[in-house]
Amino acid sequence: MTKAIKQETMAMSGDEAIAYAVKQSDVDVVAAYPITPQTIIVEKFGEYVANGEVQTEFVCTESEHSALTACLAASATGARTFTASASAGLALMHEMLFVTSGCRAPVVMAIANRALSAPLNIHGDQSDSMAERDSGWVQIYVENSQEAYDSIIQAFKIAEDTNILLPVIVGLDGFTLSHSLENVKVLPDQTVLEFVGTRQLPNVLTHEGKEAPFRLDPEYPMTMGPVAFPNYYFEFKRQQDDAMKNALELIKEVNTEYAKISGRSYGNGLIDAYNLEDAEVAIVCVGSTAGTLKTIVDELRQEGLKVGLLRLRTFRPLPVEELRSALENVKVVGVMDKSMSFGGHGGAVFHEVRHALYDSEHRPQVVNYIYGLGGRDSSPIELRRVYEELFAILRIGRAKHIVNYLGLRE
Amino acid sequence: MSREKTWKEIAPAGVCPKSSMSFKTGDWKTFTPVRDLEKCTLCLQCVMFCPDGAIRWRPDMGKIEFELNFCKGCGICANECPTKAITMVLDKE
Repeated sequence: MTKAIKQETMAMSGDEAIAYAVKQSDVDVVAAYPITPQTIIVEKFGEYVANGEVQTEFVCTESEHSALTACLAASATGARTFTASASAGLALMHEMLFVTSGCRAPVVMAIANRALSAPLNIHGDQSDSMAERDSGWVQIYVENSQEAYDSIIQAFKIAEDTNILLPVIVGLDGFTLSHSLENVKVLPDQTVLEFVGTRQLPNVLTHEGKEAPFRLDPEYPMTMGPVAFPNYYFEFKRQQDDAMKNALELIKEVNTEYAKISGRSYGNGLIDAYNLEDAEVAIVCVGSTAGTLKTIVDELRQEGLKVGLLRLRTFRPLPVEELRSALENVKVVGVMDKSMSFGGHGGAVFHEVRHALYDSEHRPQVVNYIYGLGGRDSSPIELRRVYEELFAILRIGRAKHIVNYLGLRE
Repeated sequence: MSREKTWKEIAPAGVCPKSSMSFKTGDWKTFTPVRDLEKCTLCLQCVMFCPDGAIRWRPDMGKIEFELNFCKGCGICANECPTKAITMVLDKE
């Protein structure tokens, strides 16, 4: 690794760290609508606009549906675009999430993960973005505010790559990260500018038979996202799936490249493995809970117990190969889900991780823990008990329940 | 018709390989507008109202033309015509 650049340390919440990263990333258009716990992101960014610290066109829209539509339209002209949302706001964007990914518009969006109504709840869980799993967006979940800052900068580079052209969601746990003050190391403006670069556009063949940059430009008329009948729709969807597969490699490359300038990396960019090499039991989780779990792993390791942790950083595209090679020698795996798939026999992360392990030679036992819904706190004592239960399954040889509810009054 | 392309051969995002002029969007209509030249006063209301731009005013020739390849047979022209010069006729096929 080359020597990392000298960095300033700032006290920022996760939301503020994201706004700061967007400020440094030379974004052309931000369109957004406020919703807790995301509001600070666009509020803070609004200050940068008002103070003349950025050249960004800031569009205040009347809804989240319009916010994403404005971002999509701006992105289609070749602009770098950003928005942020959460919970009901993201749900209102649902239709446009698919239009954005279908139009291959590399919009970057921060989601301060929050529960969905009803009953109304403004606190953190991952129900909102997990419900948008199949909307064609890359999904990266962060562990802390530092990673939120770093991941936004990386997200522009991932989204806009001419082989990818996919919108990217960066998820940070509502309140736990969005509203908690942390020391965040920030790169110099110029370093970020050089890292994200200028948005490059691939050439495509237009209806006039001309090669033209892939953007809406009156000089080279082009139609994006029109009707595709049964004879072509499927082919366009296959292209999106292929771009997702390409993103797997790119996310790793961007993680490595970013480590060279910042000195920080997050596992291999896809998964963050912690003490997994010789682990007998392991937990898989997404987001900030990994911070607490790493401390517990350290404690249990000191007691001589072979425990490990895998933080799934990139949920879409799913790093199937990485999950398999990291977990196939573990005997019992507990997967943590901060969202519920009603009637689905476990949560989304559990489904995906278990599915990834199905073809392993030594298939581990995989159980699910649903936890933290609606912002319910999970204490270190509770999380430590999960490891104890995993060891109990290892001893007995089978699990009493495949799907478990952590911290719920029975 | 040319061979349909694979997903590797087409531009992303449904970028149209052809101009909209080459897509005959009027081939599935049920009713066809028929104009009575006796009643028509060339007021051009139908040209304005046609949602598909399928009725063209040709000032050089002093007449209007129906471009039936793009007419979907909605009947708005017939409905709006002040002299009732347009009738919608059921296609025989």
